[in-house]
Amino acid sequence: MSLFKHHARIETNALLLAVGILITVSVGGLVEVAPLFSIESTIEKVEGIRPYSPLEQAGRDLFLREGCYNCHSQMIRPLRDEAERYGHYSLAAESKYDHPFQWGSKRTGPDLARVGGKYASDWHVRHLIDPRAVVPDSVMPGYPHLLRPLDYHDIGDRLRALRRVGVPYNETAIAEAAHDLEEQALADPASSPAVAQRYPRARLGRAVEAAEEAPVTEMDAMVAYLQVLGTMVDFSRLDPAPLRR
Amino acid sequence: MQPAPASVPYCEAVIRKFTLAAVIWGVLGFLFGDFIAWQLAFPALNFDLEWTTFGRLRPMHTTAVIFAFGGNVLIGTSLYVVQRTCRAALFGGERLGSLIFWGYNLFVLLAIASYPFGLTQGQEYAEPEWLLDLLLLVVWVLYLIQFAGTLIKRREPHIYVANWFYLAMILTVTLLHVGNNLVVPVSLTKSYPLFGGVQNAMVQWWYGHNAVGFFLTAGFLGIMYYFVPKRAERPVYSYRLSIVHFWSLIFLYIWAGPHHLHYTALPDWAQTLGMTFSVMLWMPSWGGMINGLMTLSGAWDKLRTDPVIRFLVTAVAFYGMATFEGPLMAIRSVNALSHYTDWGIGHVHSGALGWVAFVSFGAIYFMVPRLWGRAEMYSLRLVGIHFWIATVGIVLYITAMWISGIMQGVMWRAYDSYGFLQYSFVETVKAMHPYYVIRACGGALFLAGGLVMAYNVVRTIRGAAPRAVPAPAVVP
Repeated sequence: MSLFKHHARIETNALLLAVGILITVSVGGLVEVAPLFSIESTIEKVEGIRPYSPLEQAGRDLFLREGCYNCHSQMIRPLRDEAERYGHYSLAAESKYDHPFQWGSKRTGPDLARVGGKYASDWHVRHLIDPRAVVPDSVMPGYPHLLRPLDYHDIGDRLRALRRVGVPYNETAIAEAAHDLEEQALADPASSPAVAQRYPRARLGRAVEAAEEAPVTEMDAMVAYLQVLGTMVDFSRLDPAPLRR
Repeated sequence: MQPAPASVPYCEAVIRKFTLAAVIWGVLGFLFGDFIAWQLAFPALNFDLEWTTFGRLRPMHTTAVIFAFGGNVLIGTSLYVVQRTCRAALFGGERLGSLIFWGYNLFVLLAIASYPFGLTQGQEYAEPEWLLDLLLLVVWVLYLIQFAGTLIKRREPHIYVANWFYLAMILTVTLLHVGNNLVVPVSLTKSYPLFGGVQNAMVQWWYGHNAVGFFLTAGFLGIMYYFVPKRAERPVYSYRLSIVHFWSLIFLYIWAGPHHLHYTALPDWAQTLGMTFSVMLWMPSWGGMINGLMTLSGAWDKLRTDPVIRFLVTAVAFYGMATFEGPLMAIRSVNALSHYTDWGIGHVHSGALGWVAFVSFGAIYFMVPRLWGRAEMYSLRLVGIHFWIATVGIVLYITAMWISGIMQGVMWRAYDSYGFLQYSFVETVKAMHPYYVIRACGGALFLAGGLVMAYNVVRTIRGAAPRAVPAPAVVP
């Protein structure tokens, strides 16, 4: 076949070969990635999704640091058993402020996309310190080191970086980040401080019992993050029609 | 491929370095992997210390085996192959090669050392933070310059097929690495990716699947196309099949990423494209396998006598098996069962251990005697022992993961007679235990095989003179 004869031209010219390779491997990626930024239905329009509060974002950063995604997904599939086990299937909108996404690819442990509100904060604390004290057959590592004070000196910088990648934090949210973080961790759950106005439904109060002047711990941040997962959209009041894509 | 004239002094010192590094990183990477396998069977092995939890150690394993072991094998063999098939010494010579060697190994060392301290971007197989990504980019471009430069100064009219695959690997990995690591730094050790949510997921698996497709497949097919014919002393089965294999493989692979995202919030059209192209990918994959296996035509008897050929051929057979299993698992309804389970882990390892590692072992056993001026490996008998230990290890590993994965998937969706979910999640975890033990034993065997190889390599290098080889022997 003459096609094969023409190939000699490519395999005798390194530049031609390189250009051919670059064109060939670019097609698939462009077709699959580029439209995701322009097709409007890619991310559903639902109410309730807000950026993470500074305490939740700090917890999220710890979630990454500990590599939780190696064993826990955050993506409920629209399958009957998953709906019953974990709740409503995950929407793209629910992770639109997730940089990076944490959908995961392995469930050595259960999915966490809707773990928020499922357990008491106290349960999470005990479980994170010693999983087998709460779930005897668990194979999860213990994380007692999360009881140390949280380092949040650069929380404002983190929010600013997130704004640069598209998360809509305003100037006040960034300026008040450290204050918001402390307020969320330390406020009386019955009160309604500024942080709760800025981040509706943010869970207030310490996860770990401590003296009033004790610093905010990593555990407080981790639990605040776990407790917000999957709780931003109120599915009882959601019209399913616009979700269909 | 004619033998090089004596006037071309190939750069060999740098390839010796890559080969040794590959052996060392291989053993370490298998060790990390087996350790975390035991952690899943016996969680007390996490020691409840922050530096030793599964979540922080698993990226050490994946980086060590993919980028440290696999990367050193790829760069080493590609620089070995490109000189011989172009009849030209390396562009940039030993000095550029040495710079690439130390730069690349500094990158993998720093990356692996950073994870226990919690420094990570939190994306699978792209964990190194942004500073290390930049270091890798610089080294990788130097590698491209050395490889492509050697191609350009070649004295053969044609560029040999192995080099097409290597070049495709180098170029595509550059695109993938840059595309998936666009981040905004917060500090020297922390950054946030430019893309979030669904777009981030698509870009990550465009990267992740093609790390498999180009780093672990195209690059290692380059190894197959040189070392199988050389060791079998037969020409490549079909030149035309090579051309079809090459272009269809690199065209189709790029599309396959979304099969990692079936039933997720990724739009259905993208999932369907990913599934369709994954199934199509079966064909070029098997085209490559056929081209590799049929190269043995007329030399099949060597399987009996030469354990190095046994490694190479078994690798190609595992490649065929894994590239059949992959498209199967990429079908959405199969994926509904297999995804998130150990089946995925088993599939990856039948490719990684059976194909990538075995073809690497074959290439290392082929190169070491030539690089250190010996007639043959210190002991071909030990090569044979390595082969059987490792093969039994792989079989234990993947069968355990098939059973546990399918069982897990079935248990998750099982209903009792009242219409309730039959098992709590932790009951499915408990049911995995025996298979996790079997898998870890399989991994231990594979690690033991790696140690046998390391010993054999050291003895070959230290042996003052080529040693008389006991049966089974091959004519060198």
